[in-house]
Amino acid sequence: MSDGQQDKRRLIVGPFNRVEGDLEVRLEVSGGTVSAAYVNSPLFRGFERILEGREPLDALVVAPRICGICSVSQSHAAALALAGAAGVAAPRNGILAANLMAATENIADHLTHFHLFFMPDFARAGYASRPWFARTEARFKAAQGRAVRGAMAARAELFHVLGILGGKWPHTLTIQPGGVTRAVDARDRVRLLATVGAFRRFLEDSLFGAPLDHVGRLETPEDLARWRESGPEGDFRLFLEIAEDLDLAHLGRAYGRFLSYGAYPQAEGGHLYRRGTVVDGQDAPLDTDAIVEHHRFSRMAGQDRPHPPFAGSTVPDGSDEDGYSWCKAPRLGGLPYETGAIARQLVDGQPLVRALVAEDGGSVRSRVVARLLELARTTRAMEGWLRAIDPSGPWYARADLPEKAMAAGLTEAARGALGHWIRIEGGRIAGYQIIAPTTWNFSPRDIDGVPGPLEQALVGAPVLDGERTPLSVQHIVRSFDPCMVCTVH
Amino acid sequence: MRGRPLSVLWLQSGGCGGCTMSLLCAESPDLATLFETAGIRLLWHPSLSEETGEEVLALFDRILAGDEPLDVLCVEGALLRGPNGSGRFHLLAGTGRPTIAWARDLAAVAGTVVAVGSCAAYGGITAGGENIADACGLQYEGSRPGGALGREFRARGAMPVVNVAGCPTHPNWVTETLMLIADGALSAGDLDAFQRPRFYADHLVHHGCPRNEYYEYKASAEKPSDLGCLMENLGCLGTQAHADCNTRLWNGEGSCTRGGYACINCTAPGFEEPGHPFQQTPKFAGIPIGLPTDMPKAWFVALASLAKAATPERVRRNAAADRIVVPPTIRPTRKG
Repeated sequence: MSDGQQDKRRLIVGPFNRVEGDLEVRLEVSGGTVSAAYVNSPLFRGFERILEGREPLDALVVAPRICGICSVSQSHAAALALAGAAGVAAPRNGILAANLMAATENIADHLTHFHLFFMPDFARAGYASRPWFARTEARFKAAQGRAVRGAMAARAELFHVLGILGGKWPHTLTIQPGGVTRAVDARDRVRLLATVGAFRRFLEDSLFGAPLDHVGRLETPEDLARWRESGPEGDFRLFLEIAEDLDLAHLGRAYGRFLSYGAYPQAEGGHLYRRGTVVDGQDAPLDTDAIVEHHRFSRMAGQDRPHPPFAGSTVPDGSDEDGYSWCKAPRLGGLPYETGAIARQLVDGQPLVRALVAEDGGSVRSRVVARLLELARTTRAMEGWLRAIDPSGPWYARADLPEKAMAAGLTEAARGALGHWIRIEGGRIAGYQIIAPTTWNFSPRDIDGVPGPLEQALVGAPVLDGERTPLSVQHIVRSFDPCMVCTVH
Repeated sequence: MRGRPLSVLWLQSGGCGGCTMSLLCAESPDLATLFETAGIRLLWHPSLSEETGEEVLALFDRILAGDEPLDVLCVEGALLRGPNGSGRFHLLAGTGRPTIAWARDLAAVAGTVVAVGSCAAYGGITAGGENIADACGLQYEGSRPGGALGREFRARGAMPVVNVAGCPTHPNWVTETLMLIADGALSAGDLDAFQRPRFYADHLVHHGCPRNEYYEYKASAEKPSDLGCLMENLGCLGTQAHADCNTRLWNGEGSCTRGGYACINCTAPGFEEPGHPFQQTPKFAGIPIGLPTDMPKAWFVALASLAKAATPERVRRNAAADRIVVPPTIRPTRKG
């Protein structure tokens, strides 16, 4: 047997597919585990610069095109920032319609992640000896499995919500600072209820094998164990079985710090899923003024100091050899935070997610469980919002943008906290900074050399003899549901 | 006739992945069924395939060595030449090599090259503003021929790049293009002057727009959510935009104008820099500068002023409301 030193090797993993966009992970491996990881976003496009100098409302056209999978979230963040600059509040119907569009995209993304991006790894030949393999292969073989095909069909139908409310998906212009451009009448409302109802039926038949309300009642690890042992047949249960067998609860732990900007603003104030942070199990309010970005290991000018987003800059430096990613390193109070469905549900106090994170921290299992719980909760919430629509009420309030303003638009994409910081001067965009969810999760090291959450989560991942694209690394990376095109915008 | 399925390799570069996300919305039939029944085989796609890392690079090697025939190369996203011509703004992960170099090599061995979306076709939004990424399309830089592969490029099958332009593309623009290729039924004559498939680019977004009656009377929306025509005030380019969005429809029953907002002509090269705010119509002496396609200006002005004068009260009032406030008069049938 070789000792750790002789074992020491470096791996470069890429192109890393079944993530949105381009990703490369550099690993240092010793003694059969990852000892250090460096996460590289190898694509730079420069959206913040594309936005500068334009009319502020043009952000509604440009920003969604940062990302084809988080398009509505980008649009929502831009509209919220512009609404803040204009000092306007959308009418109640406008808020509900925007939430319905954002939620449609988010639950579709959760569905896509589970079926197309994450589960196919367990249908790889490397797991052929496991007791669950045959079932997993039949359900989740990439692009072929029965569950994969069913999910794609359900997703395409679900997006009819965006066809009606948003004209199309991705890249709608419906969401405006003053509300939405398209009113919903009584007929639209029942049609939308039918579409969301059909999606709920798919989740209940295929994914959970049970009514969504039963999923919502999962509160303790014992409940979850019972579901795994004797719960209804479905792909959720299959995942729990795999997670138990491969011990995914102890794979991919990052830091015990989570943040959420709060998802789905309510007309009465607050959010469906609360805003805040959880640090080592303790709730704390979110101080957005404490958010900065570091460029120390990004190929960007300004490596020597932190950059608050209102004063942020995006000046790429292609010759920089110190930087290893186009991604900046966002920090809250100087520290890296994890964001995503797990953070949203944790901050919101969902009891099962709280308990799982208390036991084992953020892990491959708890991230996926949180995402699926949220999929059920959000689908139910959408039905409630549709019932709350008042077809006789207004949808849009006039929004006049001032010559000079600064405002932030904070929302939650499927993958977590998304913020736009806009500075308007002379009636034009003078500065526009975007911090996307995967910028948080897949950040490079910061000014103090502290690794980003994924870089931390990969440390300790097992690497089998001869593996050049380790399966454990793939599970951990994909458990975050990364969106690389948002990350580097 | 090929004795095997049409093999397709899909690369992504300087784009948002939205054309793939849109493609996954294919319906009747769903994407997987369509590919199977049309005899289309994906060799690899970044979102859909199992292979990652070294397995993918081995596939690229086999294709370049001629061991794996490549019928169609689809490229999504603009090609990035920056900084300073190095292409390093997008190195293909795991290879240390610019994606634009991979795209050129693979295009050289492909039967047909398809640009999926306006970024891959012309540069698109990624080439917006000062274009610091130095983004371009496969065979165009905006409306100028050239781009990553050059004006003279012809794929093995003798076609120039097929530009399935759109931001994003409709799923069926892509699937129907691939099916036509699989069927041997797409030739250079089936492409328009910007190399877009004519089956969708010979139409205008105006065709089938539900706001046509408002257009006829120049009964215009004044603010977002109004039902009136979006051309006069809110920046709509539907009368100039080449696409069949209002007859084909998106995500069930949608289109931009049905969603209540302007068509921004996203299938056109250079759409990302219209020279005016996207949601505002530029005017000269009160008349929109961008006239409907093929319409002489004098006639437009004459017809517009006549139409405005003739606007029925119903149309005028509904145009400035977010729902129908005055229904059409019910005319008794002859039978009574």
